[in-house]
Amino acid sequence: MTIKHSIQTAFRGLETNRARSLLTILGMVIGVTAIILVMSLGQGAQNLILDQVKGMGTRTVIVGGGREPTGPSDAGQIFSDSLKPRDLDLLNRRENTPSVKYVMPLVFGAASASYQSDTYNLTIFGVSPLMEQIFDVPLKTGAFFTNEDVRARAKYVVIGNKVKTQLFGASDAVGNIIKMKGNNFRVVGVLAERGQDFFNFDEAAIIPYTTAQDYVLGIKYFNRFITEASSDALVPQAASEIKSTLREAHNITETDKEDFFVITQVDLAVRLSAITSVLTIFLTAVAAISLIVGGIGIMNIMLVSVTERTKEIGLRKALGATDKNILTQFLLEAVMLTGIGGVVGIILGASLSWAIATGITRFTSIVWTFSFPVSAAILGISVSGAIGLIFGLYPARKAARKSPIEALRYE
Amino acid sequence: MPLIEVNGIKKVYFDGELQTPILHGVSFVVNRGEFVAIMGPSGSGKSTLLNLLGFLDDYTDGSYKFDGIEAKNYTADEIAKIRNQKLGFIFQSFNLLPNTNILENVKLPLLYSDFPESEWGERAMKAIRSVGLVHRALFDSAKISGGERQRVAIARALVCDPEVIFADEPTGNLDSKSGGIIIDILQKLHEELGHTIILITHETDTAEHAERIIRIKDGFVESDTKVAHPQRMGEGDLDK
Ligand SMILES: Nc1ncnc2c1ncn2[C@@H]1O[C@H](COP(=O)(O)OP(=O)(O)OP(=O)(O)O)[C@@H](O)[C@H]1O
Ligand SMILES: [Mg+2]
Repeated sequence: MTIKHSIQTAFRGLETNRARSLLTILGMVIGVTAIILVMSLGQGAQNLILDQVKGMGTRTVIVGGGREPTGPSDAGQIFSDSLKPRDLDLLNRRENTPSVKYVMPLVFGAASASYQSDTYNLTIFGVSPLMEQIFDVPLKTGAFFTNEDVRARAKYVVIGNKVKTQLFGASDAVGNIIKMKGNNFRVVGVLAERGQDFFNFDEAAIIPYTTAQDYVLGIKYFNRFITEASSDALVPQAASEIKSTLREAHNITETDKEDFFVITQVDLAVRLSAITSVLTIFLTAVAAISLIVGGIGIMNIMLVSVTERTKEIGLRKALGATDKNILTQFLLEAVMLTGIGGVVGIILGASLSWAIATGITRFTSIVWTFSFPVSAAILGISVSGAIGLIFGLYPARKAARKSPIEALRYE
Repeated sequence: MPLIEVNGIKKVYFDGELQTPILHGVSFVVNRGEFVAIMGPSGSGKSTLLNLLGFLDDYTDGSYKFDGIEAKNYTADEIAKIRNQKLGFIFQSFNLLPNTNILENVKLPLLYSDFPESEWGERAMKAIRSVGLVHRALFDSAKISGGERQRVAIARALVCDPEVIFADEPTGNLDSKSGGIIIDILQKLHEELGHTIILITHETDTAEHAERIIRIKDGFVESDTKVAHPQRMGEGDLDK
């Protein structure tokens, strides 16, 4: 029997029970759609994160207090207090860190800000005016506070775009006084809208770090030093200079005793994309379970079909079909069911992912680019084909092994 | 030349502990070109015997030579090929594929044959013509009468030019007129085209269209007689 006729025969078999075939396919469609959707969205998320991290500047080197967090449960370490003002001084001396262009201390904490009757929960960032260069945050109105203001512990604040809208609506913010942690801050500037970015500056209040330490957070240490290497090539050099300076300052001789961590933008990108990869793999695995459920559905239907068509099987054998012919016929039916389900699932998954990407881009400030990994399509097709083979094999063998006379007698 | 030689063939049905012996040692020879009727009381093992001869079931003991070779020596694939190329089956209950037209039903054995696809249509139409159903070729098999269905089954049995046609009570589900047409067709296949036919029937009238009647009783051959003057239908009203 030629392949062409095997396919025709299998197709006729499916056609005879159209409603049932469609319902069976649906199980596969859902599974494959889920996989494609997860993989496509995962890829999109990864691209987004990488873009954001890149927006931080490729020369940025971040120093954090405490041991580097090893995972979400380890997050408490972030608030370790090992970075002191003396460290800032040492890092600012170019003889210690010749490859570093500048160092900006950073402190942060959550607070609520209120203006008249409106209150908004935001993140306070205590920084120096270097912030403008390091993060490339243009102001929509007003001006950044100066180094003079930092020294004077001025109660000046630059607010994110969203904070501005929430507290002031359409009216002017600059010049007005908002209250945070019992202190009155004068709004000196409003950031231009940022969209989704790594630090979420849209929902931030940016104040001099000295003011933040003394009046708002009540701490004597820094959460981070954001530094910049003098060139892309010098990033690793800068990182190691910072490390050795801090080690000496903290009297540390063994690497695993370090009470600070240094990460570069490249490190960060690698780490974040690893996290999204793991998440994507995990979600894909979850979606794959639904494929197995779909496969079991196929097997179930094929078993019913084989029993129902016992007489047909007997007849075909009496007319000269070999066991292999019968096996092929039923296996092809199963593979066609899963294959069609797979193709529809891929199309549906890709369309949904595209719709989500377009929706996110249109209705939020995030620019989400649709991406459809070819690997996902290949995976979808091969997995659904394989499921047809695996779950179709048992029913097909059952059909092939029927004795012709018993099959013909079956009522 | 003997096409079918059975010698002391036995059949026992096994159902767990339960053993049901049906054929106790049946022997006879059928030559190419013969038209043989098998008769016997219900339950005597006629269908059982025919299924053995048609390679649809295995015999328990004895010898069955088809075309000079012991049936047990054929491999599964050779048996499939024999069923396809050398045997034609006609069942009491027609066994046509549902939702399939007559032409496609007749073509079914060709799917499993070595004939090139270019010949299929011609072969099928020739078989359909020989049972007088050309005008119905594209009718759905569910929309024709019982007699016509059995004629489709005959055409299907003929399509690969088999050596022998096995018919197990082909008229059992038909009225006497339709049944008569079927027997007439079988008789013509035998007389005009030289087909070997083995026909099971209950009715002596029907059996007497054959040249020879083998009677089975209690699992043995009771008698094996020539029919001196095979009966003949009134001149067929086939292509009515
Ligand atoms: N698979 C089986 N297992 C056990 N017994 C069986 C089986 N098939 C048939 N038999 C028994 O074998 C006996 C012969 O059956 P068979 O069908 O050959 O009879 P028959 O001569 O064709 O009868 P009829 O004229 O009614 O068709 C019957 O008693 C039947 O019950
Ligand atoms: Mg019978």
